[in-house]
Amino acid sequence: MITLTINDQQRSLGDIDPETPLLWALRDTLGLVGTKFGCGIAMCGACTVHIDGAPTRACQLQVGQLQGRAITTIEGIAPSADTLHVVQQAWIEHDVPQCGYCQAGQIMSAVALLKDNPRPSEGEIDTAMSGNLCRCGTYTRIVAAIQDASEKIAQRAIVGGLSQGEIA
Amino acid sequence: MKKHSDSGFFDPSDALLAAQSNAPTFTRRQFSVLLGIGSGIALGMASGVNAAGTASAASASAGDMNAYVHISDSGEITIYAPNPEVGQGVKTSLPMIVAEELDANWDSVTVENAAVNGAKYGAQFAGGSLSVPQRWDEMRKMGAMVRQMLLAAAAQKWDVSVAQLSTKDSVVSHSASGKKASYAELADAAAKQKVPSQSELQFKKTADYRLLGRRITGVDNHRIVTGAPVFGIDTTVPGMLYATFTKCPTIGGKVVSANLDEVKKLPGVIDAFVMDGNVDVYKYDSRGAELSSGVAIVAGNTWQAFKARRSLKVQWDTSKASTDSWTAISKEARKIAKGDGTKVTLEQGDVDSAFNSADAVVESFYSTDFVSHAQLEPQNCVAHFKGDSLEVWAPTQTPMAVPGSLAGLMDMPVKDITVHQIRGGGGFGRRLTNEYVHEAALISKKVAAPIKLQWTREDDMAFDYYRVGAFYSMKGSLDKQGKLNAWSNHVIALSADGEKPNAGAGIRALDFPAKMVEHVKISQSLIPSKTPTGFWRAPSSNTFAFAEQSFVHELAVEAGRDHLDFLIESLGEPKWLEPDNIGSLNTERAINTIKQVAKNAGWGKKMPAGRALGLSFYFSHAGHVAEVADVSVDANKKVTVHKVWVVADVGPIINLSGAENQVQGSVVDGISTLAAQSISIEGGAVQQSNFHQYSLLRSNQRPKIDVQFLATDYKPTGLGEPALPPIAAAVCNAIFTISGHRIRQLPILNEGFVV
Repeated sequence: MITLTINDQQRSLGDIDPETPLLWALRDTLGLVGTKFGCGIAMCGACTVHIDGAPTRACQLQVGQLQGRAITTIEGIAPSADTLHVVQQAWIEHDVPQCGYCQAGQIMSAVALLKDNPRPSEGEIDTAMSGNLCRCGTYTRIVAAIQDASEKIAQRAIVGGLSQGEIA
Repeated sequence: MKKHSDSGFFDPSDALLAAQSNAPTFTRRQFSVLLGIGSGIALGMASGVNAAGTASAASASAGDMNAYVHISDSGEITIYAPNPEVGQGVKTSLPMIVAEELDANWDSVTVENAAVNGAKYGAQFAGGSLSVPQRWDEMRKMGAMVRQMLLAAAAQKWDVSVAQLSTKDSVVSHSASGKKASYAELADAAAKQKVPSQSELQFKKTADYRLLGRRITGVDNHRIVTGAPVFGIDTTVPGMLYATFTKCPTIGGKVVSANLDEVKKLPGVIDAFVMDGNVDVYKYDSRGAELSSGVAIVAGNTWQAFKARRSLKVQWDTSKASTDSWTAISKEARKIAKGDGTKVTLEQGDVDSAFNSADAVVESFYSTDFVSHAQLEPQNCVAHFKGDSLEVWAPTQTPMAVPGSLAGLMDMPVKDITVHQIRGGGGFGRRLTNEYVHEAALISKKVAAPIKLQWTREDDMAFDYYRVGAFYSMKGSLDKQGKLNAWSNHVIALSADGEKPNAGAGIRALDFPAKMVEHVKISQSLIPSKTPTGFWRAPSSNTFAFAEQSFVHELAVEAGRDHLDFLIESLGEPKWLEPDNIGSLNTERAINTIKQVAKNAGWGKKMPAGRALGLSFYFSHAGHVAEVADVSVDANKKVTVHKVWVVADVGPIINLSGAENQVQGSVVDGISTLAAQSISIEGGAVQQSNFHQYSLLRSNQRPKIDVQFLATDYKPTGLGEPALPPIAAAVCNAIFTISGHRIRQLPILNEGFVV
């Protein structure tokens, strides 16, 4: 019996094979399908989640080794059901997606970047995002959306209006 | 109608025919008000064809509306997107066309995928950058029809003439009296109006557009950024099991035996069985029913199926499998390149005499490796066999082909097969075939349960319909003024049957510089190859544009002339090669894009040491696109593409954001491909298995991209493909200018250059 902490909730995975990658437990067992399967060898970043806040590839993590860790998925980053994370909002405003398949992973990497470094340079953004492939080639917009989100975080921090959820 | 496979070139008209099957064309289909939808007005297609062209009420239930547009009496406007969405943006752009003519408030529009039904929606497919030109008239008519019915309802209500009314943002206004009525208020009454005939329709003037040409964010973006289920792989149905399908690494090999008893005992495994194929080496056929031999494993979840597969041991029979060797094919191509082609596909003037008497002659041999589509969502399909019917959910570019191909495989009438089109995580041509759908349906039938078939990335890379490896033996000559006067191209194409080029291996003969230069000869030779090929984004153009536009630069250099002047001069006097055929090169449009991109990039400006601009132009998929790349190369052959300027003429733009996104993506895709992508084949098997051996461009390698669309009044055409072909030559021409090294094979990694 494995129970994991996912998006601040205790989620039971039943008598799952402890070797099951977190990716497939999320998708098949819990129905959290925002985390995507792209390569299965941690080369594409489509399955990026946060483990204790750090961006990590869910295809390489076995559920048996994750008990007690704080797992956050794309479904868990918005501060509330009707409010998007500032990064998600920027993604819509910049119309980043083409096919959209990699974008949940991109957003997870972007959210982690801005938490560590709220005002990244363009070069720092490119470096931080270089683990996430976009086959459609939307990098121009990904970078612009991150810069925009960074700007908004800074503005709201000045007026003190940013909720914890929006930067977490 | 010529079949695409006869020339190996992607023929849009054949793709349309293939997708249409028995679908009536738009003008023959009959619009009607759909009943039984609850409230409001829904306009769709009647099942029957009514020659009178007057309104006919078709009975339909809410779940089977086959509507194009529905306005409820609470004001929600639903527009049904007819064609598959695989990242090219048509789920947003096509409904925008309806909304524009409807004068709808876009914020109250919801877009749904249309059902797959050729009789109602015509050709539902994604290919050839054809969705916009295919649907443009139809979408405008649909919006205009509903708008005119709303106007008629308001005129009746207020007892005024339609001519006194205007519409904006889902509201009808009568300016004389100040009366206003929302579409919601008028919807029920509108449904009772006569459906206007097509000749009665009045369209908005381009200058009055409020929505088209603006930047509109994609209709699925909220779902995408929140991780909501939206892709094929996200589909679940109650009681669903999970399957893998293992095929022979040597393409065309067949299962002799497998350790099925052992596999069946593994945790979570519900069944494991052999499926006999119906082909040896599979081959591109847009309406094909191909199934390769393999072993299916069905389990309780994806991981159990994948893990059990590690223990699977299969004995393969490769007696009828491919024996292709890319090394041997390349060697053979270089050998026959020196001679003439065995078949002349275009001849104009006398190239041989021209070459003999020319002031200067240049000869070059260009080649490109095989590449894989590598769409990021690996192939998958949910199939639910229910005994006397079948339902499939497929992220396919050709949903209409599925019932026809499955009917034979499943021994089931077409009418009992339902296909749901679902957003695909990238297409690029990979989802034009449906072999993974065939596999899923047959597995579901065998286990009598709904299943999700999941290919691994390794499956995807090993069993693609690859972009074909290509060879071009080019020769050109210059007259005393340094002007291009003769051109020949011996295309060495791969062929499975020895008679015609494989899919994507042929080139269009009537193209630059035919009709522009006096002496032109295009010929073709074939080399046997069984490796399956298909249509990869901008098929044929994606390899040939590199050769053509690099060779033009070679000739300009030989002539000692400025590349820009030489390219424009070579295009000759403005002419449309096949007048009024939107799929034919128009040199006036070409020259305008070239001049504009040169201006935008500052062509001719002084560049820092180790840095240069490279120019290229190519026409494909009805799009005229010119590009300039700003590139630097260091002493270690490290290439940096700093910036790319793109100028395109594709007629009026529907969604400016989507259009720019396609161009930006095409540039990145093109650089990604020219840099390092290569699929090699030895002993009939593909040698690359995953992204550690097949690299895609990453964010830290991206160039800045400047996009401009020329405002022209030609019919709007698609942008999924035409911005990709020019980029390879633009980058390689710059590399030559900096280093003096002419790159004649792709990827450039083969010549030691690293992006």
